[in-house]
Amino acid sequence: MPEPSRKPSGFANLVLHLHPKLVPAAALPLPLTFGLGGASAVLFLVLAVTGALLLVVYGPSPERAHGTVARLVDEIPFGALVRNAHHWAANGLVLVCGLHLLRVFYRGGHLPPRKGNWFVGVALLLLVVGCAFTGYLLPWDQLAFWAVTIATGMLEYVPLAGDVLLRAARGGAEVGPATLARFFVLHVAILPVALLLLLAFHFWLVRKVGGVILPAGAGDRAAPRGPLVPTSPDLTQREGAAALVVLAAVMLLAALWNAPLLAQANPGLSPNPAKAPWYFMGLQELLVHLHPASGAVAAPLLGLGMLLALPALSGAEPPTGRWFGSPRGARHALVAALLAAALTFAAVLANEPLRRGKPWLPALPPAVRNGVLPLAVLALVLGLVSWLSRRRGGTRQEAVQAAFTFALASFAVLTLVGVFLRGPGMALVLP
Amino acid sequence: MTAPPAIEPAAPARRDFLGKLGTGLGILAAAELLAVVVAYLAPGKGGAGRGAGLVVAGPVGEFTPASVRAFPGGQFYLVRLADGGFLALSSRCTHLGCTVPWNEEQRTFPCPCHASTFDEKGDVLSPPATRALDLFPVVIEGGIVKVDTSRRISRARFEPGQVVHL
Ligand code: HEM
Ligand code: FES
Repeated sequence: MPEPSRKPSGFANLVLHLHPKLVPAAALPLPLTFGLGGASAVLFLVLAVTGALLLVVYGPSPERAHGTVARLVDEIPFGALVRNAHHWAANGLVLVCGLHLLRVFYRGGHLPPRKGNWFVGVALLLLVVGCAFTGYLLPWDQLAFWAVTIATGMLEYVPLAGDVLLRAARGGAEVGPATLARFFVLHVAILPVALLLLLAFHFWLVRKVGGVILPAGAGDRAAPRGPLVPTSPDLTQREGAAALVVLAAVMLLAALWNAPLLAQANPGLSPNPAKAPWYFMGLQELLVHLHPASGAVAAPLLGLGMLLALPALSGAEPPTGRWFGSPRGARHALVAALLAAALTFAAVLANEPLRRGKPWLPALPPAVRNGVLPLAVLALVLGLVSWLSRRRGGTRQEAVQAAFTFALASFAVLTLVGVFLRGPGMALVLP
Repeated sequence: MTAPPAIEPAAPARRDFLGKLGTGLGILAAAELLAVVVAYLAPGKGGAGRGAGLVVAGPVGEFTPASVRAFPGGQFYLVRLADGGFLALSSRCTHLGCTVPWNEEQRTFPCPCHASTFDEKGDVLSPPATRALDLFPVVIEGGIVKVDTSRRISRARFEPGQVVHL
């Protein structure tokens, strides 16, 4: 290997702002991260480019929005392709970003010294979902209008400030022109810029701790991270290839499946069933079962709180950097996931006749009976799951991991039920 | 030790105080900024929303007892109860705001969004909704039924006093 030249090429120079000159060979294999963070970054770039193209045609007012989107799809050359690419990249980003979070968590990347970056990551996730959801309103079709009516309606149940928050989000009592103006500014300016700034910070923090988490025992005492290889070309070629795969996947989806565009928004008629975008369907399903104060306010905040609390809950032991900590950790997580799936599905089925019939425990107020009580039971079950994991030899990290997996699998089942098993009137139907 | 030692003893308490003061003022400034932004974004309640105004529903005789008629433009249902009294029910679900349809067979308003159902008086039959459908004031003048859609009345449940008789 010749001495790297003093003046790197223009490309390498650019790349070396993100990466160090040398990286551990152990950081290269795909299963280490599955390149999910990088894929998120590529999708973000695709969104920026296609978004700029959409902006040239789109008119951000209730009178024009639906018409300009329809014209884009019907008349403008490649308009449908651009719109589809933006749609699929946006949904892909929510999905890939969520998977990235799971990769980080199940390898212990959320623990010190990477704890700070985990919090940055949670903020990134909120921004990504915020971008996706504000974009959802822009076509001003029936899908958009009702999803945003429901989601902003949730603010009303925030104690004390509910009314003012609702009007701040909508710009009035109801979803209308002021709502579209707000969401447009958030979607094309505030949220993407915030995302970009935070991403720069995110990347810098990854580099500052010396790169992604590696399985313990990659190297020896002298070089704890194992042998090093030059970033360019060893890492950059892999990243380039992965970026092309992501791009190809987005374009393929865009060529094959159109982004939906329903009839223009009609405040007098809700579609039946009126469903939220898939990443909110778990929450919508929860809202069917829980009192709104719990379903719309407490449950989302508790979920967010749990994500933020994960590093602190997991204790001070350094992570192993292996998937699920150890094979035992993986076993416990799997059992927790299966248990959660079965229990959640059974609870959904059992509640179907219950919630239509006479209230059980009629002495309790509905906010307790249908809200506080179910959430308390869930908390109890999560405690039980981690206690069981400890009893069967799990480390503290593995016990927390089992409980988190339980909550996650439960949410996943709610999402699947909402997406596939809810028909007209939100009744349970076969897919 | 070249630093002037005389300053050291007094500093920690003062620095501590100034630090706390700075943090406190910072939090105060951030809270003010937040309040300003929310106030800017949340306009006053001034009632002239969508569909504001007086809607003329029609002569009393057009509405048979125990019937429900939709007024999509005004976003309400005019209900004539079996005893001949009138109620104007907002069609907006009190859970999260979807528009409820009327199901003539089951004589309920089933919400398509999270499956709340309401009866013809607007009372909640099944959750997650927690309040009965809102009302609009009904006025009967010279045998003509009019509904004031600019005044939305929220209520916990149906009470006989809400019904407007001839
Ligand atoms: C737009 C969204 C995001 C982008 C573009 C992004 C990008 C990246 C990239 C490129 C890496 C380097 C390792 C890899 O490729 O996997 C990384 C690492 C990391 N990410 Fe993200 N990320 C995003 C969102 C998130 C979220 C939602 C979380 C978690 C809440 C998160 C937490 C972390 C942490 C803790 C690391 C360091 C993990 C390690 O070193 O093993 N990120 N991110
Ligand atoms: S909006 Fe009607 S049940 Fe949720």
